[in-house]
Amino acid sequence: MTGDGTDAPGGTRGGRDDEGPARPRSARESYRDVLPALMRADDRLYCLDSDTGLFDRDAFAAVPGRYLNLGIAEHNLMGTAAGLAASGAMPFVTTMATFATTRALEVIKIDIAYNALPVRIVATHGGLAAGHLGPTHHALEDLGIMRMLPGFTVVVPGDARQAEEAVRQSLALPGPVYIRLGRTATPDLDGGTAGAFEIGRAQWLRPPGDVAIIACGPHPVLAALRAADLLEAHGVRAAVLNLHTPHPLDTAAVVAAAAGALGVVTVEEHWRSGGLGGAVAETLAEHAPTRVARVGMPATFAERAGDQEHLLARYGITAEAAVTAALKLIGGTHGGGTDDADLSRV
Amino acid sequence: MDGPAPVDLAAAAHRIREHIVRMCGGPEGGHLGGSMSLVEILTVLYFEVMRVDPLRPAAPERDILLLSKGHGAVCLYSVLAERGFFPVAELAEYARPGSRLMGHPVRAVPGVEMPTGSLGHGLALANGFALADRGRRCFAVLGDGELQEGAVWEAAMASAALGLANLTVVVDRNGLQITGPTEDAIGLEPLADRWRSFGWTVREAAGHDFDALRTALARDGAAGPVAVIAHTVKGRGLPSLEAKTRSHYAKLSGRQAERSLAVLRARRKRAAS
Repeated sequence: MTGDGTDAPGGTRGGRDDEGPARPRSARESYRDVLPALMRADDRLYCLDSDTGLFDRDAFAAVPGRYLNLGIAEHNLMGTAAGLAASGAMPFVTTMATFATTRALEVIKIDIAYNALPVRIVATHGGLAAGHLGPTHHALEDLGIMRMLPGFTVVVPGDARQAEEAVRQSLALPGPVYIRLGRTATPDLDGGTAGAFEIGRAQWLRPPGDVAIIACGPHPVLAALRAADLLEAHGVRAAVLNLHTPHPLDTAAVVAAAAGALGVVTVEEHWRSGGLGGAVAETLAEHAPTRVARVGMPATFAERAGDQEHLLARYGITAEAAVTAALKLIGGTHGGGTDDADLSRV
Repeated sequence: MDGPAPVDLAAAAHRIREHIVRMCGGPEGGHLGGSMSLVEILTVLYFEVMRVDPLRPAAPERDILLLSKGHGAVCLYSVLAERGFFPVAELAEYARPGSRLMGHPVRAVPGVEMPTGSLGHGLALANGFALADRGRRCFAVLGDGELQEGAVWEAAMASAALGLANLTVVVDRNGLQITGPTEDAIGLEPLADRWRSFGWTVREAAGHDFDALRTALARDGAAGPVAVIAHTVKGRGLPSLEAKTRSHYAKLSGRQAERSLAVLRARRKRAAS
């Protein structure tokens, strides 16, 4: 379901919310803008909407019949996508992350994943992006769920440019893809040493060091970068890895990040179980046993209102939490792993 | 636990619309259109039809309401506050950091039975509440766009099969969803016939008319569940937004909120004279 409408282009906005043309784009806006152009160039592509209000129907005038608003009905949305994909199409399906991955999960599992169909689920409002709209609209489980499904590629772009790249590159993948986007604009990550964005290949934002911070998603990656700066003041060199593709995991990069490091800190906008931290811990336990501390949402639903930044701070998905975790790992004290009871009081 | 002392429903509805406008003028804005369309429905239910006690919100003998269209939260919060479940002053905290008044109803708010916001959950929940005690009345208030969710119809089949005569659905038939008219997305008509074919007694009512709603919501011995299709106007009360798709979510500037309040007051004055 949606019932949000914070996407709606026609939403009434007051003057103080007006922003100039220089406003940075959000990842979902870059997706919205690039999709019609890709559809004009490739007639396999469909845009299946679920009354999100993200799209302007007129943008699809050149591709008649391939933009469809299927209403507020996620099972039908995913099933229709599977049927189209089984007939040679490549549907892009858009709904909010939590409605895609919890409400429509069985359809995704059986009709899309089981048949390895090239459906692209582009999910908005990932993590705590829905802010004040509350726990019904937060998606803190989607990465864990989606990375378990055989054959799914799961991507969390770090900024609007990466989102556009992820959408473009997804066209070349044979199987199903889940792309998690946020809601509001975030700063572009500095390409710097990172090199080009490539699905499946982690980006080194800071070179290997005493500890490694592995993150995915705009806010966690920005927090990881800031944590690395803060750690430098403590004389600690921290690697930062943008692990934008939690599945399939770039095992070589994760192992390389851990090599020579005293520990690994993961940062994600997700419940601490099952997501990026879980994936990294599993991988390192198998390939290169290393202490891992997971920074993420403690095992609770948000109890109070607040925008995304407020909730991230309230629940300790911050640079400061990553620093604390890293220093604990380095100090070799017990409890390097962040425990839920601690952070739920943050 | 009978209804409160007779109140001027029109006056209450006016205050509730003012609260909604003020909340939509807060830092996050709010779901204006679908809250304004709900005002008379929730007002008559909480002030006249339902047995509730604001001082004992969990009283076992209370009637139950589930706002299945959870994005009508700012209306529900306003009605609950006006009815005395919590102080009206708290409404000013809506959606602000630290407030319990989130953008969709949460159980931490006195009077809210279950959290809603993901559409299509309310009717199945109401089936459970109605089964648990057939002596109390249970109401599920659904949006019309929400009826596109398949889960609604699973639940509707079950309500009839279970003979839940204590269950009433109210459909806020304002005709619009986020992208435009419901009939341009995935159409719902013939809506009354659809409910009837699922085994429900159907009543249609003018959704901003207290007398019509009162009649439609009266318990009059129907053998099974009753669906009230309340014909409403999205954004009702603010002429510039009435029946407009863009009324769905509004973040009003201070000036817009003040102007909207002035419009509401002028209309109220005209209606009263």
